[in-house]
Parts: sequence; C-alpha cells; structure tokens
Amino acid sequence: MGKMSGAQAIVKCLKEEGVKIIFGYPGGAVIDLYDALMDSDIVNVLVRHEQGAVHAADGLARVTGEVGVALLTSGPGATNGVTGIATAYLDSIPMVVLTGQVPRALIGNDAFQEVDIVGISRPCTKHNYLVNKIEDLIPTIREAFHVARSGRPGPVLVDLPKDLVASQLSYPEKQDIKMSSYQPTYKPHPVQIEKACKKIMKARKPVLYVGGGVILSDASKELTELAIKLNIPVTMTLMGLGAFPGSHELSMGMLGMHGTYTANMAVAECDLLIAVGARFDDRVTGKLADFATNAEIIHIDIDPTSISKNVKVDVPIVSDCKNALAALNIWFDTKSGIDLVEEANRHKPWFDTIRDWTEKHPLYYKDDSSVIKPQYVIETLHKHTGGKAIITTEVGQNQMWAAQFYKFDYQRHFVTSGGLGTMGFGLPAAIGAQMAFPDKTVIDIAGDGSIQMNIQELATAKQYNCPVKIAILNNSYLGMVRQWQELFYEKRYASTTMDVAPDFVALARAYGAVGLRATTKDEVEPVIKEALATDNIVIMDFKIEKEEGVYPMVPAGKANTEMLLV
Amino acid sequence: MKHTISVLLQNKPGVLSRVTGLFSGRGFNIESLCVAETLEPGVSCLTVVSRGDEAVIEQITKQLHKLIDVIKVTDISDHEYVEREMVLIRVKAESHTRAEVLRVIDIFRGKVVDVSAKSYAVEVTGPASKIQAVIDILRPIGIKEIVRTGTIAMARAPKTK
Repeated sequence: MGKMSGAQAIVKCLKEEGVKIIFGYPGGAVIDLYDALMDSDIVNVLVRHEQGAVHAADGLARVTGEVGVALLTSGPGATNGVTGIATAYLDSIPMVVLTGQVPRALIGNDAFQEVDIVGISRPCTKHNYLVNKIEDLIPTIREAFHVARSGRPGPVLVDLPKDLVASQLSYPEKQDIKMSSYQPTYKPHPVQIEKACKKIMKARKPVLYVGGGVILSDASKELTELAIKLNIPVTMTLMGLGAFPGSHELSMGMLGMHGTYTANMAVAECDLLIAVGARFDDRVTGKLADFATNAEIIHIDIDPTSISKNVKVDVPIVSDCKNALAALNIWFDTKSGIDLVEEANRHKPWFDTIRDWTEKHPLYYKDDSSVIKPQYVIETLHKHTGGKAIITTEVGQNQMWAAQFYKFDYQRHFVTSGGLGTMGFGLPAAIGAQMAFPDKTVIDIAGDGSIQMNIQELATAKQYNCPVKIAILNNSYLGMVRQWQELFYEKRYASTTMDVAPDFVALARAYGAVGLRATTKDEVEPVIKEALATDNIVIMDFKIEKEEGVYPMVPAGKANTEMLLV
Repeated sequence: MKHTISVLLQNKPGVLSRVTGLFSGRGFNIESLCVAETLEPGVSCLTVVSRGDEAVIEQITKQLHKLIDVIKVTDISDHEYVEREMVLIRVKAESHTRAEVLRVIDIFRGKVVDVSAKSYAVEVTGPASKIQAVIDILRPIGIKEIVRTGTIAMARAPKTK
C-alpha cells in the first residue's frame, strides 16, 4: 500500500470507525487534519467555541450511542474543550477528542499555543495519549475508540503533534485490539445472579433504582421486561430518565434531591433495592446514613469502583447492565417452580402503598392564570411534541423542571449534564443531537443564565441548518442558586439577579433565527405551536414567575424523607 | 490500617502521574511509593504503602485497577509477605562516638558505606519497623542526613510442597 500523510491516515481511520460527523475548530496545529478532512465525506461542523464542539459531540453520542468526535487545536483550543471533556467523563459518554499539539521538537519548550493537555485532561478522561511515533498513530486512534466505547464508556483524548500528522506513513491493516491491562467484565457471574434472584423472590417491597448505565448499555427493553414481569416499581436517576417509560404506572419518576415524594419514600421504605447502572451519587442518596436503611441492596454495574463506594452492597454484580438484566429475566422465566403471576401479585400491597403516596403527594405546582409557571411550559411542550422530542437542558431549575414534568417514555431522548452540571451544555448538545437526527424535534430547555454561556453556538446551528428549538424559562435570576438563597441564606440574593440580559427575541433575529416571546399564560401554547411549526431555529422567551421554586426539595445533608413540598 | 499494595503496570509515559494523580485527586494517602522495572520488558512494578479502613483500601485497589495501564493490583497485606526498605544515614562520628555507632550498626546488620573525619554514612535494610528502630537509636548521637527508599514487598511462596 502506498504512503499517505498522517492526516490522511487519521481521516481514513475515522471513516473505518464509523464516524460521520465531527465537531471542531481549526488552528495552527491541526491545519493538516482540516486539509485532509476537506477531501472526505465526513461532515465537519465548525463551532464557535471549542467547548461547544465537545458538548455537540457529546450530544450526538448520547442520542445515538455512537462515539462522538471533536477536533481541537493545541493550547487554548484544547483547554477550552476541557469542560466539555469533564462533562462527558462524569456522565460516562463515549467520545474521542483529537487535539493538535506543537511539533515534537518543541514539546516542553513553552512553544506558541503549547499546553500539556494530556497532563491537564488526565483526571477527566477515561484515558489519554500523546502520540510520539508515526507507527503508533493509527493503532493509538483505534485503541482510543475501543477504550471510549467499551466497558464503562468515557471520553478519550489523543494529542497529535503537528509534525507527526504531516509526516508520511503506510496505513496499517486493521487488527483486533488486544489490551492485556484492560478487559472489562461484560457477563455477570451466575452465582451472583442466583443470589440476586433469591433475594428478589424473598422481597415484599422491592424497588428498581436505575441510572444512566441502563441507557449506555441499551438495556431499556430488558429492564422494562423485568419490572413488568415481577411488578416492581421503578425509580430513575436524572441520567436514567427514559430507561423505563415515565408514563407507565410502575414508574415513580426521579428520586433524590428533586425527586418525587413517592420515589423517595419508596426507597426509604423498601426491603430490597435493586440498583442498576447507577452510582449512589450524593444528589440521589441525600444523607447517606438514612438512605434505604431497611433494604438489602443488589448492585449491577460494569464498573467495580462504583460498587460499595458510597453504600455497602449485599449482592454486587459486575456486568454490563443488559447482560445482567437479561440473565435475571432468564432465571425467572426458566427456573422451575416459579409462578410469575404469584410473584407479581406478592408485590401488590407494596404497589398499593406506592399508589397512595402518589395520590397524596403527586408532582405538583400551584398553577395560576396570571403568570407563566415553568412547569406549565414543560407540560405544554410535552403535549405538543407527543412526548417524542429529544430534550436537552441547561443546568439548574430548567433542568429539574424538565426532568420532573416532561415524562420521558424513550431512552436517549433526555440529554442533560448530570454529573458535572455544566451550564451552557444544552444548546451545543442540541446541535449535536439535531445533526444526528435531522428529522426529529430537538428542544433545549434553558434558563436565561445558562443559555448565555454558549449562546454563540446559534451561529453554528444556523450554518448547518439545525432547526433546534430553545425554550428559555426566563426569570431574570440564576434561579437554582436563588432558590437556595431564599431557603437557606435569608433571601440574600448575592450575585443571582440577572436583570440585565439581551432581548432574546432580537438576539434570535440577529442570528437569523426566529424569536418568540410569551409574557402571559395564554401566549404559551401559541408560541410553542408556532415554534414547532417553524423550520428554523426558534428561541422561545418565556417570562416565567420569577421566584418559582423546584419542589420537592431535599435540603443538602438531610434525609430524602425530609422533603420540602410545595 | 497500613496496607502494602503491589501494582504491575505498563511502563508508559505519564503512568506514574496517573497513579499519583488518582491518590491525590481522591484524597487517598501515600506513605511511600517505589517503582522500577520487572523482568518483563515494558512492565514496571510499583509498591505503594497506604493507610485506610477496609472500604478505603477496597476503593484504592479498584480505582488502581481501573486505570487502563494497570495490569494487576495485589494487596500484599492480605497475604504472608516480606517487606524491605533501605535507609542511608549520615551520622555524627567523632572520637567518643565512633565505636558506639559501629556497634549499633553491627547490631542492625548494617554497613558503613562512607567515612569522613566527623561522620559515617551507613546503610541498613529491613522492614520499616527496623528502619525506624535504627533511626531512633542513632538520633541521640546525631543524624545529619537521611534518605529512605520506601518499602518494597513480595508475597511469600505458598507453604505446601
């Protein structure tokens, strides 16, 4: 095979890995790569800030399950991407970030636009590489994709010195990747499955507590089968929403700090907690000493470090969620002497208790025709999209209201920065999602604060004809922090008032988008209808009730049963 | 409790920084750390001594194993094992203490490795407790400088024939 440049080889390798779209921003260190990309059919999305590139790649990965790819230049290009990389890392999103680096001879010399991005990104990547030898180039990129998508997924960064990318190489044949030091466990141990099933048989008040791992391993079907077969109520973490249909009667909605009354009570009272692809995060558990104190715990996770990290587990199952759930289903289907109807019926009194909780304290807000309630906006969005839109969010109240009031029935339809809580995530992530699914409705549910953190990406959306819809729940506050100040800081609203903001309608027009505004409740529905019927980017500026709070709320450090209700 | 953890890892650039970054980032404690090559090319052995309750040590071993470049993690303290550390001590040795220093070093099976008019440099090996003992004994005489290697350890072979 003839020689080609490092850059051409990288593009060929990206094609082999199935990459169709990459997001990036050029610079001196990656000119060769951009030059090679011009001759390829890979769609290269020019963002307006590198953070946007990484979030967009992340958004694409979350809705498709494929590896997102971002291409950044050296120095500031790479450091601008770090927040995006950390966002993907905390939520275990498969991603490969290619960064340019100064020529090898200059590394370590404080050269122009040089930064040790491998050092900087080490704690927020699953793994990273600085390629030093031309013969390592393609094997390293292949390994990066393998590491990013296998096991517990995550972002992998590959730093590419400019001289190396410009030099010639013979393209190596594709080979199986062998890594003696990296072999994730995909299959559950049968002994553990048996133990888990016996505990499930014994339980009277079981709860399935499911997280993003179920979505990452595409296990929604197996989970739904298990829950329905045995009549086990399900609660989801923020990252798990959509893994089980939110409108199903067994769904208790989200748990934790802004979880439902039912979900938090059920976890507190249950005698068996079956955690699947979740990691007992502090926003989920509240005060650890009071979390699920009556329960034995089964924990399925592909990452052994997640098991018994915060909460001691009785039956650990290290496995891919899909395989483990399938194994549980098979056990119950094939084990002789089990009457599934009887098993399901045994949980009926428990289910009745749960239904009582929901009847007593459903998710609730005091509606009021004189103002726009943010929850009403979300419900109306749900109504007019049939619950089928891909929803991305920013971070804060907008995110929690979206999580609570848009009943997600499908996996990979809710795209939110859960672990890191990155404001400015929603718009670029929506662009990534829309690029992946041009025909779907993609809505970024935003706050007036968050949207301004990556508002420049409107130009990207315009350039690539991404008709994303942005619903700004505009209360002229950094609402979530304001809510904490209201409740715990004697209403001293330090630095959370944002009275000075752009005219978002005019701003939309400035970017060639459509701007709509609703200042009364009556205007909400027409604005949403018009936005959804518009084949362009639309910013919907909803002037909502300024001091509306997110409830229920578990104050930090309290037990989940000590919720503040509306 | 003190644990000695042995880690086999790929000898790649930055790998040590992955390990130390893991400890500092997660607030784990490092009491000592040694690393050198093994017989196998490209594979290094790192011995780290840390303290923590069972849950902390479990997290440390799991987190180490999660690093892509780490091949194997063994908590040696779970087994019968031998541990050794070496210390170089420069101790004052003037006319009235020279004989005393030599006697002490002899008791600890140490060696004098450098001599000057006013000091000896001595070498002692042994488990960390023995190293501490020799330091404690020599301190009143006057230690001028000290360098320790940190602990290395190896599990004992099984006793069965």
